[in-house]
Amino acid sequence: MKHLLVYMKGYRREAVLAPLFKLLEATLELLVPLVISSLIDQGIGNRDTGYVLRMCGTLIALGIVGLLFSVTAQYYSAKAATNFIKKVKYALFEHIQKLSYSEIDQHGASTMITRMTSDMNQVQTGVNLTLRLLLRSPFVVFGAMIMAFTIDKKMALIFAVMIPVLCVIVFAIMLAGIPMYRKVQKKLDDLLFITKENLEGVRVIRAFCKEDGERKRFRSQNHSLTESQLYAGRISALMNPLTYIVVNAAVIVLLYTGALRIQGGLLTQGAVVALYNYLSQILVELLKMASLVITITKSIASGNRIYEMLSDGGNEENQQNMAEKVEKSSGEDDDFIRLDHVSMSYAGAGDESLTDISFSVKKGETVGIIGGTGSGKSTLVNLLPCFYKADRGSVTIDGVDVQDYRVEELRERFGVVPQRAVLFKGTIRSNLAWGKADATDEEMMEALELAQISDYVSQEDIGLNHRVEQEGKNFSGGQRQRLTIARAFIRRPEILILDDSASALDFATDARLRKAIREMDYHPTTFIVSQRTSSIQFADKIIVLDDGRAVGIGTHEELLKTCEIYREIYASQFKEEKAS
Amino acid sequence: MSNKETVKKLLNYIGRYRLIMGLAMLFSLISVGLTLYVPILVGRTIDQMASDRGIQMANIYPYLMRIGIAVLITAALQWIMNMIYNRITYSVTRDIRNDAMEKIQILPFGYLDAHLHGKIVNTVIADVDQLADGLLMGVTQLFAGVATILGTILFMFSLHPTIALIVIVLTPLSLFVSKFIAGRTYRLFLQQSKTRGEQTALIQEALNNQKVVKAFSYEDQMLEKFEEVNERLTECSLKATFFSSLTNPCTRFVNSVVYAFVGLAGAFFAIRGGITVGGLTSFLSYANQYTKPFNDISSVITEIQNAIACASRVFSLIEEEPQVPDAEQPEELKNVAGNVDISSVYFSYTEEKKLIENFNLHVEPGQKVAIVGPTGCGKTTMINLLMRFYDPKQGTIRLDGHDISEIRRRDLRQNVGMVLQETWLKKGTIRDNIAMGKPEATDEEIIQAAKEAHAHSFIRRLPKGYDTMIGEDGGSLSQGQKQLICIARLMLRKPPILILDEATSSIDTRTELKIQSAFDRLMKGKTSFIVAHRLSTIKSADVILVMRDGHIVEQGNHETLLAENGFYANLYNSQFAM
Repeated sequence: MKHLLVYMKGYRREAVLAPLFKLLEATLELLVPLVISSLIDQGIGNRDTGYVLRMCGTLIALGIVGLLFSVTAQYYSAKAATNFIKKVKYALFEHIQKLSYSEIDQHGASTMITRMTSDMNQVQTGVNLTLRLLLRSPFVVFGAMIMAFTIDKKMALIFAVMIPVLCVIVFAIMLAGIPMYRKVQKKLDDLLFITKENLEGVRVIRAFCKEDGERKRFRSQNHSLTESQLYAGRISALMNPLTYIVVNAAVIVLLYTGALRIQGGLLTQGAVVALYNYLSQILVELLKMASLVITITKSIASGNRIYEMLSDGGNEENQQNMAEKVEKSSGEDDDFIRLDHVSMSYAGAGDESLTDISFSVKKGETVGIIGGTGSGKSTLVNLLPCFYKADRGSVTIDGVDVQDYRVEELRERFGVVPQRAVLFKGTIRSNLAWGKADATDEEMMEALELAQISDYVSQEDIGLNHRVEQEGKNFSGGQRQRLTIARAFIRRPEILILDDSASALDFATDARLRKAIREMDYHPTTFIVSQRTSSIQFADKIIVLDDGRAVGIGTHEELLKTCEIYREIYASQFKEEKAS
Repeated sequence: MSNKETVKKLLNYIGRYRLIMGLAMLFSLISVGLTLYVPILVGRTIDQMASDRGIQMANIYPYLMRIGIAVLITAALQWIMNMIYNRITYSVTRDIRNDAMEKIQILPFGYLDAHLHGKIVNTVIADVDQLADGLLMGVTQLFAGVATILGTILFMFSLHPTIALIVIVLTPLSLFVSKFIAGRTYRLFLQQSKTRGEQTALIQEALNNQKVVKAFSYEDQMLEKFEEVNERLTECSLKATFFSSLTNPCTRFVNSVVYAFVGLAGAFFAIRGGITVGGLTSFLSYANQYTKPFNDISSVITEIQNAIACASRVFSLIEEEPQVPDAEQPEELKNVAGNVDISSVYFSYTEEKKLIENFNLHVEPGQKVAIVGPTGCGKTTMINLLMRFYDPKQGTIRLDGHDISEIRRRDLRQNVGMVLQETWLKKGTIRDNIAMGKPEATDEEIIQAAKEAHAHSFIRRLPKGYDTMIGEDGGSLSQGQKQLICIARLMLRKPPILILDEATSSIDTRTELKIQSAFDRLMKGKTSFIVAHRLSTIKSADVILVMRDGHIVEQGNHETLLAENGFYANLYNSQFAM
């Protein structure tokens, strides 16, 4: 949590002033028992009504000044807390943007979202309360002790013994609580995951009549969350009673020794009243603190979760720093993209997903990648824009290793149509602008036409400004896929990657799409991942993958002669076509 | 839902724990009484100390004793009380969450398909969490606060009625002040929660699709968008936080005024001998304690308002109309042959847009029905009706002569196996995922099914084989591998009726061919519905349903449809136009 405090930078002034004004206010409050004490000893003792009036006036004046101080303190603390959380949120969001694909895989979206939302809210509340209230309580407690010393040094020793005991109790409870609330938050994460999974998989769950099992699973996870909450609550429930006992023990000692010292003529009755008042003030502060401590413990637990994510990964940043050394070393050969003995395995996976792949591609060529399910087709194309890094070997574009490029510079050259068709909330126009921010209407319509969806978009009630709901919910799978294709086309990328991007299209649309790509007015270097030989048989180069190895590289004709697996794939589809 | 109704429902949940709730309230009363009694004891002790009369230590001991006992009892009661309140709060929220989940399992697809899942998740998790916070504060502080106020008034009257009157007249001032501020800040809070919602939506969208963001180097634009919302949120959050935090200093100021007046009045009475110094001490201590619950209550009320808003969202989910329940005396479904009879079915998702009208189809056991049509033509609607995910508006679907609305959904679905294009795997091991349709399956059966689905070879190569955990969203499995696992599920179950919705779209053709032969064996003598775009599959079908824009436009087998020279013939010919 303390590592997060660097984000307080720029608001240090506020972060210092807020507690400072609180301190001033608390000091004023500490004067109140003194005023009361002299009111009793001198005002009542001497039956001096004028003095009584003056003292009460002083009380009200103290109240007014205190009000001003504390309003100032509230303002500064609100400012510091909101700006602090703004910076932390920005930092974490920025950090997540820098995570590599494999780091995104490791974290998973659910926990990134909870950390960005509910953990952040928790921390904001915590910081705000700390600045406003939590720091006030120690001031009052220690201030009360100092005031006690000014009244009577011997009696003040009671405070000097009691306060360390209170500190130990408060800190022990906090320290014990932090890991527990962390656990609670983790269990909440899990519960969120189950709920999400149940909604996303609802068709399968019901089709398999798994409702009862899911209910049970949710119930048991929910129960375990409740148990953790209760366990954590049991510890923090001790705070109030324990501090109450300690302070009141001090009261008893105070009254006893006070009586002895009055007997000896060493102390006045008013002084005892004042000392007692300080003890009650401490008690009131501790009561306030008890509920605060829970909130703050929770927010420290959340803060740790945020810091944990912030300090983990973000590998792509390093790459950017190295970007300076990129200089085009090309010239000698005309290979545009070259893979040299590339191997790669996913974090946590057993076997390699790609093993020892080597091939090169010239500018403007079309490369088809075909192979069995799980043979590494997507993995291969993901290496090109450096979404994942090769473990061994090198991937070079224009003679420069992709890992040495500045990330944006590299990816700007690509147009990628991913397997999963994802759209973002906004309009068709705003989604297309992902590909090219300053695209004109003509360019957009052109891209839509290429992607075989212009007929749909140019309908009267649709148009470029047609609303796209979150996740593109208001479009069918096929429409979504074609829009993502248009999004990649509009960029007129140097390198186009189609990762099995026609799976949701019917055969007629698919055929028209392929025809349109072939007839484009320029020739991007294109990588087509597909299951079907018909999609790639006109490619300049076809790479046949089997189990992560390139078992054949060549043209359709060459492969038919040399590659057993390709022949099998072709035959399996040829039969189908012959049958039709 | 009005606040009153929400509170009533919430009380219903709390009512299940009324026994311990009553106990906690009793303890609360006792401990408040004892807490208030302590200042009186202290006052009496101080009165014993008036030095001019000479102090008798023996007179002081009994008071100290009583203070000690009162404190110990109070502390013990408070501890038990806190635990009870914790238990009530977390049990109530647990019950509410369970009920919400219970409802999610029986919500109609009409609701689930029309609502963003993120929002429902948020209601079940975040809203209930907020409710727990508010409820805990509410139960612990509200009752104790009210009890303290009443108790203090009582004790003060017993000490000195006139000064007590002053306090009672003045204190409501702080309530007015806090109410005034709360009224003014309500709008700011609304603004804040609206902006926060906007930010959450952006976060969810971005983080759920982080890979696409990166693929388009859209990180900077995303950051910019985020920063813009973040800026706005900070601004309204600053206002809301600051103005609402004024409550505390303002009420504290009012309290110090009250305190001053008590001091003033007390001193005058003391000079005239109407009250002892010790009495005044107790009084001042009460004046302090008396105002604290007022402050608490005002902050608790904001918290509770917030909690009620959250609760009403949860309750409206819980009270959402469930799907039509299963028939009360369901017809028994035994040894299904696979005879499907659809007669004059009408269906549409919305009133305005008619989809299926007067649809009739008779399928004999063992027949193969292919559903074809262009992208987005509503092929999945058919599946929705057959699985009874949706009910037809009119007409009946019969299975072996039983109207499917007259049999248990469970019985129906257990006899129908389904593989969808959108694969979905549960977080868990591969084994669990395959055994989904048959939890009692042996390892041999599971491996056999995986072999038939041609998934065995890749599963075997995973680090832990069948015990490999599948992460969120299928982890690093490819789309095709996920589909193979879904097919293995079906192979394990071997139901009499099959529905395949482009079940092999992401699987390579070589493997597909092999799976196809496994499917053929599986489908022998079974009724199957297949959404497909592979011609070989379509051509061998007994019945082809041609769909377009949600309507069934043609129906027949390959030859008759080609002879009709209609939409199907058109589609078929376009295959060769490339």
